[in-house]
Amino acid sequence: MSNHTTAIEVAGMTKSYADNAVLRGIDLTVPVGTVYALLGPNGAGKTTMVRILSTLTAADAGEARVAGFDVRREPDGVRRSIGVTGQFSAIDELLTGRENLKLMTDLAHVRGAEARARVEELLARFDLTDAADRRAATYSGGMKRRLDLAMTLVSRPRLIFLDEPTAGLDPRSRRGLWQIVRELLADGVTIFLTTQYLEEADQLADTVGLLDDGRLVAEGTPAELKAQAGGETLDDVFLALTGHAATPRKEDDETDDELEEIR
Amino acid sequence: MTTLTYAASDSVTMLGRNLKHMLRYPSLTLMLIGQPVLILLLFVYVFGGTMGAGLPGGSVAVGGAEGRADYLDYITPAILVMTVASVALSTAIYIAKDATEGIIDRFRTMPIAKGSVLTGHVLGALIQTAAALAVVLPFALLLGYRPGAGVAGWVGAVGLLLLLGLALTWLCLALGLAAGSVETASNSPMFLMLLPFLSSGFVPTDSMPAGLAWIAENQPFTPVIETLRACLDGTSPGADGWWAIGWCVLVATASYLWARRLFSKVRAG
Repeated sequence: MSNHTTAIEVAGMTKSYADNAVLRGIDLTVPVGTVYALLGPNGAGKTTMVRILSTLTAADAGEARVAGFDVRREPDGVRRSIGVTGQFSAIDELLTGRENLKLMTDLAHVRGAEARARVEELLARFDLTDAADRRAATYSGGMKRRLDLAMTLVSRPRLIFLDEPTAGLDPRSRRGLWQIVRELLADGVTIFLTTQYLEEADQLADTVGLLDDGRLVAEGTPAELKAQAGGETLDDVFLALTGHAATPRKEDDETDDELEEIR
Repeated sequence: MTTLTYAASDSVTMLGRNLKHMLRYPSLTLMLIGQPVLILLLFVYVFGGTMGAGLPGGSVAVGGAEGRADYLDYITPAILVMTVASVALSTAIYIAKDATEGIIDRFRTMPIAKGSVLTGHVLGALIQTAAALAVVLPFALLLGYRPGAGVAGWVGAVGLLLLLGLALTWLCLALGLAAGSVETASNSPMFLMLLPFLSSGFVPTDSMPAGLAWIAENQPFTPVIETLRACLDGTSPGADGWWAIGWCVLVATASYLWARRLFSKVRAG
């Protein structure tokens, strides 16, 4: 089924927590070296999807291969191939930025001069050199997100999951993160990202999947989707295909994916 | 490198991280050591004069220095046990903090040795336990505690304290993972600090009402404290020694399995 041109292959994936069906049969394919954006409102099942593909949660049914490995039977193969930056900050706030990156090189079993070089390179690339010896707890939201992503890149993964990478960031930090995603793509890295922001999917994605209530209601390039729904923007597309707007209301921000957590 | 050396290397990496946490969060470490020291001072100098006179075989006058000295000898094993429990409590807080901050999710999506996160916490706690005992025990000696143990007795006492540390640390890791928040994790293992009071640690169990005495005689801390007392006195602990080891191994094994199970289900947020 899978070959070296397919980074992610999902067939018939379902997942429920108690009586709450979060994913109701997902099929999708992500070619190597492309950006796939899973777009949908809160509670649509985006985070659950990322958790299953990154081996954190088991699906109820369906098949998923990531980087050629079966997520259920070969989780270690998947883990050797991927990098994950989740919705929740996965940095160690009591350690400095440099120590956080050193922790990652140690765990990647990269040692000595090579490890030091990799740490310095990532600090410079993510504009963290000046703050490298400050505890991460003192970092701004944007800096924490950059450090989080830098930690993900230490092992040089060829496939990266970004779960709502720009949620809560100011416009400048958001554009900075988009730039990093484009650079990764230029290096041939495959990116699977989730977002609630239509503009983000429009800016970055080769393929957009519209996830609504656990179903993939549409899939295609941003241009194809706009043509299909006869709208100017992805907003129009979402409205046309689901009957409601995709942009979350402000007060929903805090309930992010809480539905998915009900077990 | 083989899987085993990876496992060792990853555990040492995690240990290094935990030791840095202890150094950067000194207030918690100080509180852990300060707590048993304060209890020791309180019990020896406030209650000791009276309590010491009430010990079996005690014929000393109430309120005298002799009573205080006798009581210091009597409770020091319990204070050492509380020191071990106190350090174990902190691991519940550390692991709950890890789990709620999402860094465990990161570790779980990496190809690292499965048990290394928890093993790193256990190794860190054992080092901290040794350090805390190295403060509390000399403090008791300073107050006039004079154990009669020989080499074998000391080896037995230290060995038992570390085994107890292992058991209570695994238990606290499981409680910390089950807690779901740092606040709950700092409260739910508190019973470990209270149980030594309901044992033979501070008063002989036969001075308690029948029901309570039964609980005190049959709860795990009593054989542990009695064994420790015997080791430090340089006498044989007898059956208590086997009960103490058995309880520690049972709690360690059950908690280890529980913690491993909870760890695989952690979800940040």
